[in-house]
Amino acid sequence: MSAVVGAPSTGRGRRLATGAGLLVLAIVGAAAIAAPVLATNDPSTQFRDYVLAPPMLPRLVDADGRWHLRPFVYPLRVVDRLERRFAEDHARPVPLGLFVRGRLIAPIDAAAGPWLPLGADRLGRDGWARLIVGARRSLGVAVIACLGALALGLAIGIGAGYAGGLVDLLAMRAAELVLVLPVLYVVLAARAALPSTIAPSMVFTLMTGVLALLGWPMVARGVRAIVAREALQEFAVAARAMGASPARIVWRHLAPATLGFVRIQGLQLLPAAILAETTLSFAGLGFAPDAPSWGTLLHDASDLAVLNDAPWLLAAAGAVVTVVFAINLASLSLDPRRDPR
Amino acid sequence: MWRFLVARACFLVALVLAASSAMVAVTSLAPGDATTETRLEGASPEQIARERVRLDLDRPALARVTGWIGHAARLDFGTSFRYGEPVLPLVTTRAGYSALLAGTALLLAIAIGLPLGLISGSGRFPRLAAVVGAASLVLFSLPPLLVALVLTVIAVRTGWAPAGGMQSAGADEWDAGSRVLDVAHHLIVPVLALGLPLAASLERIQQAAVAEGTTARHVLAASARGVGLVRWLWRALWRPTASPVASVVGLAAGTLLSGSLAVELVTAWPGLGRLMFEALATRDVPLAAGCGAAAAVFLAVWTTLGDLLAWWLDPRLRPGASS
Repeated sequence: MSAVVGAPSTGRGRRLATGAGLLVLAIVGAAAIAAPVLATNDPSTQFRDYVLAPPMLPRLVDADGRWHLRPFVYPLRVVDRLERRFAEDHARPVPLGLFVRGRLIAPIDAAAGPWLPLGADRLGRDGWARLIVGARRSLGVAVIACLGALALGLAIGIGAGYAGGLVDLLAMRAAELVLVLPVLYVVLAARAALPSTIAPSMVFTLMTGVLALLGWPMVARGVRAIVAREALQEFAVAARAMGASPARIVWRHLAPATLGFVRIQGLQLLPAAILAETTLSFAGLGFAPDAPSWGTLLHDASDLAVLNDAPWLLAAAGAVVTVVFAINLASLSLDPRRDPR
Repeated sequence: MWRFLVARACFLVALVLAASSAMVAVTSLAPGDATTETRLEGASPEQIARERVRLDLDRPALARVTGWIGHAARLDFGTSFRYGEPVLPLVTTRAGYSALLAGTALLLAIAIGLPLGLISGSGRFPRLAAVVGAASLVLFSLPPLLVALVLTVIAVRTGWAPAGGMQSAGADEWDAGSRVLDVAHHLIVPVLALGLPLAASLERIQQAAVAEGTTARHVLAASARGVGLVRWLWRALWRPTASPVASVVGLAAGTLLSGSLAVELVTAWPGLGRLMFEALATRDVPLAAGCGAAAAVFLAVWTTLGDLLAWWLDPRLRPGASS
């Protein structure tokens, strides 16, 4: 989980980049929260006639080149069921409406067949619905694991930096040990200790737990350095001389100094956690294939023969890269020199 | 220095024992074992019971862990259930394939990342630095898993590189030269998938380290003396940053192992990660323990080499040196 902030370009460019990154993250986060409304179909409904159907993008210009004020889609017609060839039915454009049948955007006429904005997978399930419902799971794991790692690192770092001595020594040796552990190998081993099929909620809990336990060392090392330095400052010494309790000294005088550092670390842990979930579920060690997450979607897409004909199955890869890139953009304007390593 | 090496050697032994006995314990904890997971079809209960005794699965977990440590101390790592071969040669061969992949990827990353980081951090080439910075930000956001997937699709579509594996079918009968070329051809996709994101993170580390050093007095003095550009970059700017970058490379061992596991799964590269994946899936206890041990050796040796390299580059860091 090594990552370093630091990139060229000057103040204004960096602030722009940060703004753009945060905007993308806000949109993705809002979409994940609103997934049940934004999803065009139920993510596990199998449309048997639409196996590996191509994306049906919303249009404003029809096949004859005329503009329409209202977005519409062309429904798909099955040309060859065996070869899974589809064609757009230009004769019957279906207009899209707002708030139709409990969805934010949906075709007004349900009889024209399902709308699959990002195509369908091998079982005929809606790719967009799975992507956006999967976002909840993947981002949920990542955010909670990241917060857990920050809390753990903060607690251990403050303890080690304030107590010093043997506690400090042991905590930092432990941090060094955990730091070099290969995340995937550890999770692989931890997963092997469990039955082969477990419920998605159990997977969620376990994965956040393991990722938090693996993510704390970098946070703890930095926090410890800051706390140990701040504890020698005059205001901290004065507080102790006035009889303040250790808890008050830590909370009021030492912990606030670590905030900037903790923020940077959070932005570095988040992509690592997203990638960990993706890789684990991809390898079949995370969520089960029927529980959509970005990792399981990639797992479904990993069959090369299918992927060659249906590249839209890689949409989850695009989502992962977009989010990770946005996080990295957002962390550009944070000053790397605040990082005490 | 010797005290350090002895301490690290003890640490290595402890780590290997801890990792591999953890593997034995973990594979014993889960419900089911090699006889249930590999489905001995049509076997009678007596046959299964005999098989469990033969595979040493009938004893309690703790006894198996201590028994395993006793054997491992004598360098006897047992026989794989699945392959029916001794674990040691099996694991060393596969670890060698992983090392080939990780080593080549690291060389690629160093060859791309360090010079670009030096140039973009020096502040002398702002346009180039902007391009390099943007490219590395994008590459840095691409995990090995996804790069491997996308590159494999491209390789299959264009036919530029094989879809996966390490050798073509029937390559065993070719002469040495064409076999090496064949392996190199198969290396392209996994090495790019593992190496490009790593190159981006090395570029960022090197860039940050160099940018911080541009205002150092010796750098200004070198500029004032009118030292040539290459010499200025190389001697004044890069040399003092070499040691911190080397210690970061030492810490990247875990990242490289994890990345290699993801790439091996996608591209069917027959490395250590895949072997451990198979061993855990089929509850092959000796093989999983052997893989854990090999990963521990890799980690300990790599981090030690990183430390030694950092000290060689910067004598001030050596233990016992007056700071």
